[in-house]
Amino acid sequence: MKDSDPDSIVRFENVGLRYGLGPEVLQDITFDLEPAAFRFLLGESGAGKSSLLKLLYMALRPTRGQISLFGRNVAGMSRTELPRLRRRVGVVFQEFRLLDHLSAFDNVALPMRVAGTRESDVRRHVEELLSWVGLKDHLNSRPPTLSGGQQQRIAIARAVITRPKLLLADEPTGNVDDKMGLRLMHLFEELNKLGTTVIVATHNLGIVRQLAHPVMRLEAGRLNTDEAQIISALGLDEPGIGAGRAAPGPVLPRIH
Amino acid sequence: MFRRRSDLPMNEDTLGRFLPWLIAFMVFLSALALAGMLVLNDAVRRWDTGLNATVTVQVPPGSGPREDEQRLGQVLAVLAAKPGVERYETLSRDRLFELLKPWIGEAGQAQDLPIPMLIDVTVDRGAQLDAEGLAKELQARVPGVSVDDHRVWLSQLVRLVTVIQALAWAVLGLIGLATIGTVVFTTRTGLAVHREAIEVLHLIGAQDAYIARQFAARALALGLKGGFLGLALAAPTLAGIGYLALETGASMVPKPEFGMLKAIGFLTLPVAVAFLAMVTARSTVMRNLKRMT
Repeated sequence: MKDSDPDSIVRFENVGLRYGLGPEVLQDITFDLEPAAFRFLLGESGAGKSSLLKLLYMALRPTRGQISLFGRNVAGMSRTELPRLRRRVGVVFQEFRLLDHLSAFDNVALPMRVAGTRESDVRRHVEELLSWVGLKDHLNSRPPTLSGGQQQRIAIARAVITRPKLLLADEPTGNVDDKMGLRLMHLFEELNKLGTTVIVATHNLGIVRQLAHPVMRLEAGRLNTDEAQIISALGLDEPGIGAGRAAPGPVLPRIH
Repeated sequence: MFRRRSDLPMNEDTLGRFLPWLIAFMVFLSALALAGMLVLNDAVRRWDTGLNATVTVQVPPGSGPREDEQRLGQVLAVLAAKPGVERYETLSRDRLFELLKPWIGEAGQAQDLPIPMLIDVTVDRGAQLDAEGLAKELQARVPGVSVDDHRVWLSQLVRLVTVIQALAWAVLGLIGLATIGTVVFTTRTGLAVHREAIEVLHLIGAQDAYIARQFAARALALGLKGGFLGLALAAPTLAGIGYLALETGASMVPKPEFGMLKAIGFLTLPVAVAFLAMVTARSTVMRNLKRMT
């Protein structure tokens, strides 16, 4: 298949996904995201948000339809090409997926090391980012010794350390308080301003109201991109919760 | 030996505990096989230089010393005129008694014991002496003379040793295959145990080669550890066998010599096995990862 529009970061065309011989969990998903877009992905539990994200970070292949990332058709891509593409995608997994035997520092350093970054640069950037997410005193702590919120911040730091072109976050604020949640979302916004396309799957309508970015909603495996209808249905036009401005984000490295 | 950072928790898996012991066992067996081959090689070389150019002429005793002397003189005259005979030497009666002593003891000293006379003949290697023709020629002069051509039984012995050496090579080959099988099994198990971490590494952009390198480095480290352990266990065993061989005083077994080349040969064993483990681990990971997402 031919590669698609190089200006598009994400393009889904009639994508369907089923697990084994089960029913389709995602049906006819079609959407397009330009560079530096920011979208909240909403939906009830089981609506298919995590499945959609898995397609985006190439952990799954669609059973039908076509997915293009950074203008490249994923289906036509060889196994050796995938890692290079994946390095341009940062992922915050819902269950964090940290490597328990590694320290917080080494977990965050992983994407840089995988990309072959010099160790001196790794140290500088990782320490700065961990300090920024409030884990300066836990550089050598292993994830099992940290709280859920601290683990989540490590997972976020790992996802953004290489300043990815596409950032996918599955419930990134689920285990932190509102203030830290907002602070982390501002980090995503900082990256977004630098050109990163961000998709945040969340149940936290307070954050959605506060940041006022476009939304899309999965409803029983189908994607609703009618923003007015979603805002009205979820009452997102009502006044949101207040929170203080977060500090500016750290300077992140650019990994190619 | 050296500390290498690993993104996978390989130090925590139980496989790392028994792989060095398996490799130690393989290297132990390899060292024994190699030592056997080297000893046989030395023996063949020694027999070859010592016996390949000699024949022994046996002259049956006559009715008395006078006839003995006459027979010996006729045989020596033939040998002296024979082209290809480089040197000949009649073994003295004392020397003969000495050779017979282990079998018949002091009884061999009896003067009336009919002992044949032996002539040790050194043959010119390039002359292609026909031992059968020589025997016929001597028998025409002195009936009952026999010529013992060492080259005949030596070539049979060399053939036997060559077969044993081939078997030793086959044993080394089988040990190599067993090592490969063990490493393939442990690596596959490692891949299954660390599947979750490997998936994370893939999702953040790790190439298969990046992951394979970590398994290969681990296999190399464990291989070297186990290999040198096996060699350390083989050293006293071989020393013990060497000591026993010397104690028996068996003349066919050459005195063990341990030069620099042989030392390098033995030291190469653990390194070779570790290298084999490393290459096997790498190729196993590469092959198996292709089946993962």
